[in-house]
Amino acid sequence: MAKKKTIRTIPQERTPMPEQDAQRRAHNFEEVACGYPIEAALNEAERCLLCPDEPCIAGCPVNIDIPGFIQKITEKNLRGAYDIITATNLLPAICGRVCPQENQCEGVCTVGDTLEPVAIGRLERFIGDAAIAEGWVNIPYIEPSGFKIGIVGSGPAGMACAADMAKAGCDVTVFEAFHQAGGVLKYGIPDFRLPNEVIDAEIANLMKLGVKFECNTLVGRLFTIEQMLDELSFQAVFVGTGAGYPSMLGVAGDSLNGVLSANELLTRCNLMRAKEFPDYDTPLPPAKRVAVVGAGNTAMDAMRVSLRLGAEKVYCIYRRSRTECPARAEEVHHAEDEGVEFHWHTNPVGNLDDGKGNVRGMRCIRMELGEPDDSGRRRPVPVPGSEFDFECDLVVYAIGTNANPIMGQTSSLKLNKWGYIETGENLATSVAGVFAGGDIVTGAATVIEAMGAGRKAAASMKAYLGIRATSVADLVGAASTGKLFGIDVKERNFARIRAA
Amino acid sequence: MQTIESKAETRTNAPSTFEIVTRKDFSDVTYLLEVRHPLMAKAAKPGQFVIVMLNEHGERIPLTIADFDRVKGTITLVIQAVGKTTKEMQLACQVGTRLYGMVGPMGIPSPISHAKKVVCVGGGLGVAPVFPQARAFKDAGAYVIGVVGFRNKDLVFWDDKFRACCDEFIICTDDGSTGIKGLVTEGIKQAIAKHSDIDEVVAIGPPIMMKGCAETTRPHNIKTMVSLNPLMVDGTGMCGGCRVKIGGQVKFACVDGPDFDGHKVDFDDLMTRLRRFTEQEKMALDRWLETCRMMNLPASSPASPVEPKPKGPRKAANSPARKS
Ligand SMILES: Cc1cc2nc3c(=O)[nH]c(=O)nc-3n(C[C@H](O)[C@H](O)[C@H](O)COP(=O)(O)OP(=O)(O)OC[C@H]3O[C@@H](n4cnc5c(N)ncnc54)[C@H](O)[C@@H]3O)c2cc1C
Ligand SMILES: Cc1cc2nc3c(=O)[nH]c(=O)nc-3n(C[C@H](O)[C@H](O)[C@H](O)COP(=O)(O)OP(=O)(O)OC[C@H]3O[C@@H](n4cnc5c(N)ncnc54)[C@H](O)[C@@H]3O)c2cc1C
Ligand code: SF4
Ligand code: FES
Repeated sequence: MAKKKTIRTIPQERTPMPEQDAQRRAHNFEEVACGYPIEAALNEAERCLLCPDEPCIAGCPVNIDIPGFIQKITEKNLRGAYDIITATNLLPAICGRVCPQENQCEGVCTVGDTLEPVAIGRLERFIGDAAIAEGWVNIPYIEPSGFKIGIVGSGPAGMACAADMAKAGCDVTVFEAFHQAGGVLKYGIPDFRLPNEVIDAEIANLMKLGVKFECNTLVGRLFTIEQMLDELSFQAVFVGTGAGYPSMLGVAGDSLNGVLSANELLTRCNLMRAKEFPDYDTPLPPAKRVAVVGAGNTAMDAMRVSLRLGAEKVYCIYRRSRTECPARAEEVHHAEDEGVEFHWHTNPVGNLDDGKGNVRGMRCIRMELGEPDDSGRRRPVPVPGSEFDFECDLVVYAIGTNANPIMGQTSSLKLNKWGYIETGENLATSVAGVFAGGDIVTGAATVIEAMGAGRKAAASMKAYLGIRATSVADLVGAASTGKLFGIDVKERNFARIRAA
Repeated sequence: MQTIESKAETRTNAPSTFEIVTRKDFSDVTYLLEVRHPLMAKAAKPGQFVIVMLNEHGERIPLTIADFDRVKGTITLVIQAVGKTTKEMQLACQVGTRLYGMVGPMGIPSPISHAKKVVCVGGGLGVAPVFPQARAFKDAGAYVIGVVGFRNKDLVFWDDKFRACCDEFIICTDDGSTGIKGLVTEGIKQAIAKHSDIDEVVAIGPPIMMKGCAETTRPHNIKTMVSLNPLMVDGTGMCGGCRVKIGGQVKFACVDGPDFDGHKVDFDDLMTRLRRFTEQEKMALDRWLETCRMMNLPASSPASPVEPKPKGPRKAANSPARKS
């Protein structure tokens, strides 16, 4: 290895990622961030100090061996880097694009103390994309274990659990209610942030591992979880059905035509391809002025989709300030560059009716921070007399979701008081052999957390089924990290390594 | 009336390919499709619905399960051709073809209460979805009074099938060409006049008709269940497009319904929300009819089993299944 790098010797500037021009991209659905070319990736990889205490690994929800894979990049060994990442993260091309790295690995990167942190997410994406382009996939030697596993929901939680169980030699079937697999990645996150080809490539990899996908299958109603365990003879089941059930504001005019949830807007546009109406049959309401309520990732996606669908004005209505906005910093920047108008400290009071049942505008009120409450948090309170109206022809609610009721209606799974599935530390539910993870357990969270939960549930499932050995690929790089998928070494059930 | 059956064998538990095994045409706008799906035939209960996609470009449309045959492994849909998708299906869905997708059974099954005397009301196409409930009530030992309504005699269908599970049967037509002259509400009034001990009314049909039924029974304080049909996308509670107002509360029809207490439903809200996409629906239909005209396809003469050209107006996803 070359002489030790220091904060002075590394490239000082974070390597920029080529992006589509804001004016142009606001009107097309092509990907905004174009990815690193090889030179850029090599340059950025040089910025990593290979810190001995590896703070970034601890910052990553699935503890990817970050310095390990970055070092492989500096050695131009991209396949080696891919092997290290996929030892813990199955979907690098997806996570590299959508993870909130600024709050995770990059948030704690040593370089970040002095300069801009290493662009870990961009490097991860670079490796993920290289793998897709080269057709790499780590198919380990798999000895059939004879177990039949059912997975409900094909979002990141279900995909991650499916992959681990397939690698453990199980016969895995994923059931999905929609006609296409992918969960929120497919129906929610738009193409310009996460192209469908990337998701399909990752799904194809799962199929190469032997995972079967059964779309058009509404578990709970077509057959119940309990039936899966007896009549359909699955030995274990994982439930990763996601959050769903969008909240409505509960103000006047909620049911006017032109008021819809971000989930509906995004599903119509992304999954049903309403953006190509009438070539595709599903319509979307045409809108010139769009008000989006909320400021999370979902809200940012709704705003940027609205621009691309031809809106002239897009307003973001959020009752708190920019610093409290839950969306990724990068997404807020992107939305701003593309022309979204942000109205911080503003709360909707009601939607205005045009007399024919359509929305014609919105009434809002200004907010200010009140006295700290019991928890010490200063809640926004309305400023008396500050109501104002503005015109818009579409109102999109992106104010969060509640638990989807179908599992509760159709199974004996114990739910918590909010309707999410209750699980123990090992993600086992109240029904023996049934595990759950992802948004249906935690409420709306992130892709990487859902994936981590899927893997953790898979580990518990293996312990439950008494599967001891696992293939080598799972353990690449594991030795270098104290914790794997957030599980301590001593808890790991794959005690022995079986060589291919 | 044309009935064609294909004889492909039933494979229980195999993933369904959504093959159409029977088709009947009741009129030039109403048709029946029987689709093979053994698992769904096993699971289906009265009041549930499916979401169908005709082809990859298609819209997801909700359709009530009008009947199911657990032995044959099929479910039956009765469809009215009202717009682009239902008209395109009328042309493309022939025996041996396949749907691109069909998911279900969705929704909470109708609660078949212990009512001793019920009136089951079907308005027009609503006759099909209310039939499984009438049969279930009959099987549960109730005294069932069937009330069905059509615009005229030519549109009547399933009267024999319906009559067979009713203790009394009243048929109404707008023009009096058969049965009593008047709307189904007339039939309900007759039934109420004759029986003072009706426990429950179940009414399915266009929103305006269900509203009428609820208003008819309200003064008599008779429990009235209706099945709501708002626009839907996913049918799994994920989008909120199907939200309806029930007693001032917002409910999602696909997972909290589709059956609700008719006396609490805000029907005006439902009717307004059904007009959400009128302009786009018209545009899609006009465009499709124009393509049909240019390709010389009989967009609306379905009674004869047209052999759809291999290249339909749109890339047909329905490749013919094997015929034995
Ligand atoms: C618009 C949007 C943008 C987001 N952006 C980001 C981001 O940038 N970064 C990030 O980290 N996170 C983001 N998130 C959050 C992230 O996508 C979710 O936390 C994650 O997808 C949850 O994964 P999951 O596997 O638990 O569920 P989901 O991805 O929701 O998948 C659940 C799947 O189960 C299916 N299903 C449900 N019920 C049944 C049933 N009964 N039978 C069969 N199938 C069923 C559903 O159809 C769905 O496909 C975003 C979310 C949204 C909505
Ligand atoms: C739970 C449920 C069960 C249903 N069951 C049946 C059924 O068994 N048979 C059947 O023929 N139809 C049923 N419908 C209605 C059916 O889904 C619509 O007719 C269909 O979506 C119309 O599609 P289209 O593209 O042909 O027409 P579009 O072009 O979408 O619409 C044409 C016209 O039909 C009206 N329309 C559209 N959607 C609906 C709707 N959901 N309900 C009522 N009118 C609508 C529109 O207002 C418009 O005037 C059901 C709907 C729901 C929600
Ligand atoms: S903290 Fe930053 S510099 Fe240190 S090893 Fe991790 S990525 Fe490299
Ligand atoms: S159809 Fe989407 S929530 Fe009911």
